[in-house]
Amino acid sequence: MDLFKRYFPVFSLLAVVVGIQVVTHFTETTYYLTQLTMSAYYSVVVIGLCVLMGYGGQISLGHAGFFAIGGYLAGALTTHNLITLKGHRLVSLLDNVGLLVDSKGLYGGDLLTVEPWAACIIAVLTAGLIAFAIGGPILKLKGHYLAMATLGFGIIIYRIALASAYFGEADGISEVPGFKLLPGIEVSGSFVSRVLNYYIAWGMVIVAVILLLNLIHSRVGRALRSIHGAEEAANAMGVNTARYKLYIFVLSAVFAALAGVFVTHYNGGIGPSEAGVMKSVRYVAIVAVGGMANIWGALIMGIVLNFLSLRGVFGSYDDAVFGVILIIIMLFAPQGILNINPGQKVKSLLSFFVSKSGEETTE
Amino acid sequence: MALLEIQNLNRRFGGLQAVNSVSFTMEQGMIKAVIGPNGAGKTTLFNLIAGNLPANSGNIFFNETKINGRKPYQIARLGLSRTYQNIKLFHGMTALENVMLGRHIRSKAGFVAGMLNLPWTWPEERMIRDKSMEYLDLLGVAGCADIEVSNLSFGQQRGIEFARALATEPTLLLLDEPAAGLNIYETAEIGRLISKIRESGITILLVEHDMSLVMDISDEIVVLSFGEKIAEDLPHNIQQNEEVIRVYLGDEG
Amino acid sequence: MTPELFIQYLFAGITYGIIYAIVAIGFNIIYNTTGIINFAQGEFVMLGGMIAITMHSVMPIPLAIVAAVVITMVVGALIEMVFIRWLESPSVLRMIIITIGISILAREVALHIWGESVRALPYFIGNEVTSVSILGAKISPQVLWVIGVCSLMVAGLSLFFKFTSLGREMRACAANRRAATLCGINTKNMVTLSFVLSAGIGAVAGCVMSPITYSDYSMGPNLAIKGFTVAILGGLGNSVAAVTAGLLLGIIEAFSISVLPLAFQDAIATSILLLILFVRPHGLFGSSEAASLKEF
Repeated sequence: MDLFKRYFPVFSLLAVVVGIQVVTHFTETTYYLTQLTMSAYYSVVVIGLCVLMGYGGQISLGHAGFFAIGGYLAGALTTHNLITLKGHRLVSLLDNVGLLVDSKGLYGGDLLTVEPWAACIIAVLTAGLIAFAIGGPILKLKGHYLAMATLGFGIIIYRIALASAYFGEADGISEVPGFKLLPGIEVSGSFVSRVLNYYIAWGMVIVAVILLLNLIHSRVGRALRSIHGAEEAANAMGVNTARYKLYIFVLSAVFAALAGVFVTHYNGGIGPSEAGVMKSVRYVAIVAVGGMANIWGALIMGIVLNFLSLRGVFGSYDDAVFGVILIIIMLFAPQGILNINPGQKVKSLLSFFVSKSGEETTE
Repeated sequence: MALLEIQNLNRRFGGLQAVNSVSFTMEQGMIKAVIGPNGAGKTTLFNLIAGNLPANSGNIFFNETKINGRKPYQIARLGLSRTYQNIKLFHGMTALENVMLGRHIRSKAGFVAGMLNLPWTWPEERMIRDKSMEYLDLLGVAGCADIEVSNLSFGQQRGIEFARALATEPTLLLLDEPAAGLNIYETAEIGRLISKIRESGITILLVEHDMSLVMDISDEIVVLSFGEKIAEDLPHNIQQNEEVIRVYLGDEG
Repeated sequence: MTPELFIQYLFAGITYGIIYAIVAIGFNIIYNTTGIINFAQGEFVMLGGMIAITMHSVMPIPLAIVAAVVITMVVGALIEMVFIRWLESPSVLRMIIITIGISILAREVALHIWGESVRALPYFIGNEVTSVSILGAKISPQVLWVIGVCSLMVAGLSLFFKFTSLGREMRACAANRRAATLCGINTKNMVTLSFVLSAGIGAVAGCVMSPITYSDYSMGPNLAIKGFTVAILGGLGNSVAAVTAGLLLGIIEAFSISVLPLAFQDAIATSILLLILFVRPHGLFGSSEAASLKEF
């Protein structure tokens, strides 16, 4: 019964996903699927961050950094030609175990690059390891210090992406090949595989949602939420709070990196703006709008806001919109837009002004 | 060997000696009370024992294991549980979920198992839930199992915190002012409850201001004043102890 | 390294360092009265510079600067009154997100007013090639302006907090807000005042630095992160130590050019920030005992 209640929304989501695809097919609006695919990937970052922030109570202003680690490594490894290094022992070793692929370049030259699967695993593992390494000291911090430290981490990743030739400096990486998951199933931006890629992305979202829903309803999830509720008491109940915070930090970093890998293959490239602080802030904004401790809220808001943003609805006010959203939500509905109670808000505002004018008259 | 042995414990905050060379021991199965005027160092002593604060010097042995320097969660796993003077519940979680956290160290489903919802974790989850309901029931707060704890009354919150501490099945229970903020009926109820817990074999160390409760239920009493232990005796001897009377009533008294 | 080059680097370091210190003091003033880290602190510097540049097209530099500082102070007051004042004991997380939102908003407004172009105020004396010789090194007089004005501000602020009753009331508010309220201090107005003050000093810094470092709409966050690094280095809330820490960071950055590629210069402050947060979050000069008693 409980399980049914937990998974019912997942089935509904699946139905909606299929429904949208069918509708766009018959109305010949399949171009929407491209933005929905991208939104889906970004939402994976968002729900991972939601569990870290909403359930674990740890803010991160550096998740675009993890996304970028995934995307940039996958992009660079599958794009940079190793043919001139063919004589090198390491390269030939990799070649022999099948981690490299030969192909013909755009102009007929021979290309020797890392196999996307291997690149994906390397990228995600790297992100996970970095999260593990910095998570220890970072998660000891609280409040402003934690926010600034994660922000600092994000900035460093951004600077590295911007300053190193290997990652293409300001231009980023382009001409990233597709990612063959299985024979016939390839993550790529090609026109013909648009529908397939839509389902790949949404498959990833659904798997991620199920994993996270299970997690928050499990013994470990309870322990995580208790850290948010009262860290000292959680510790006194025998919860190794430091370790759980680290786990969830690493998990959310891995989700972000995975999304980064897929988006890079899907777009055929990645640029430094993906690593920027504004991106991290945007992820936080979406989690906040969704109601912090609410995976479904974060997912819905992640899809809606990213979709609108990618469609260019906000025009040149894109970043401004997210700034305004952040302020308004935090001022009027810190519990998220889905828990809003307008009547009460108006009342508290009124009472503020009334009491204020009252003060002045008594003075 | 005693269950809890405290040797020459010291803790300073800047220039303030909050706990000064305090030593005492506790035998299995007893109820011991720590009393003293405000600022005598009682809560600091608790925080030292539970591992929330490091001691400057001295030793704490629990079940013959030296526990000073260990983290609170490690000490909790050895069988020591506590409540707080200003109740610390997990907000945003229901009463039942709060108590279920008490079963954390008595269960073992891990990160991956939880994420994949592996079938072998199901019976364990059910056990956690059933046991926790039992403890809510024992404290008479089973009725608010599914209510978010911020919405409960002070008395109910205290009950849930108690249930949570008991759910860990501790050998030693530290109670920091269990009767604070309760009326006389509820205080009497808490007294009966503490005696009942002791009968189930749990050793109890409590800090309390309500003297009638302390005299009623304790086997022994430790009196602290300005961080120093000034007396340790049976309740009726403490009542007659001139030093204790002087500390409580002042020199003029 | 020749002695002349050494002096040149040293002055560059001091110039930037004292600006970082001003931003850090801006953080401290607001933090002390409210417990809030104002992530929009860098935007005050940006606004000061940009407004002064616009004003300069219709009035002489000194007037333009005064106007810019006053306008930025009004903006600071408005920010406090609209976004902060009426919140009742907001959580730290909420305040972080709100001030980040304000910073984004300020930047976007600036972008739509001034565009992406980089501007600068003219040099107060002479032009970019004018220089005075100090120990054989050629130093722009504007550098001396920056150092002089910022030093005066630091001195003025410390006199203000020590000897004026308003300054004392603000310190009382910082030490214990409730007790200050009970003593009849209007703590809400003190918070507004702290925003006005820190907007004001930020704007002044933004004006005097503009001829050397240029101004554009996106300069805020970078300055904020460096100012915050300095505030942490000195121990949050400790403005005297912030000056020392600011000079330290500025000088390290200036000399780093001789060892590191320029592209990584900005990463130095961030790395120092992470390092200090990991090792000594209470700052180089603070005590861990006192820091552990503060709530974050």
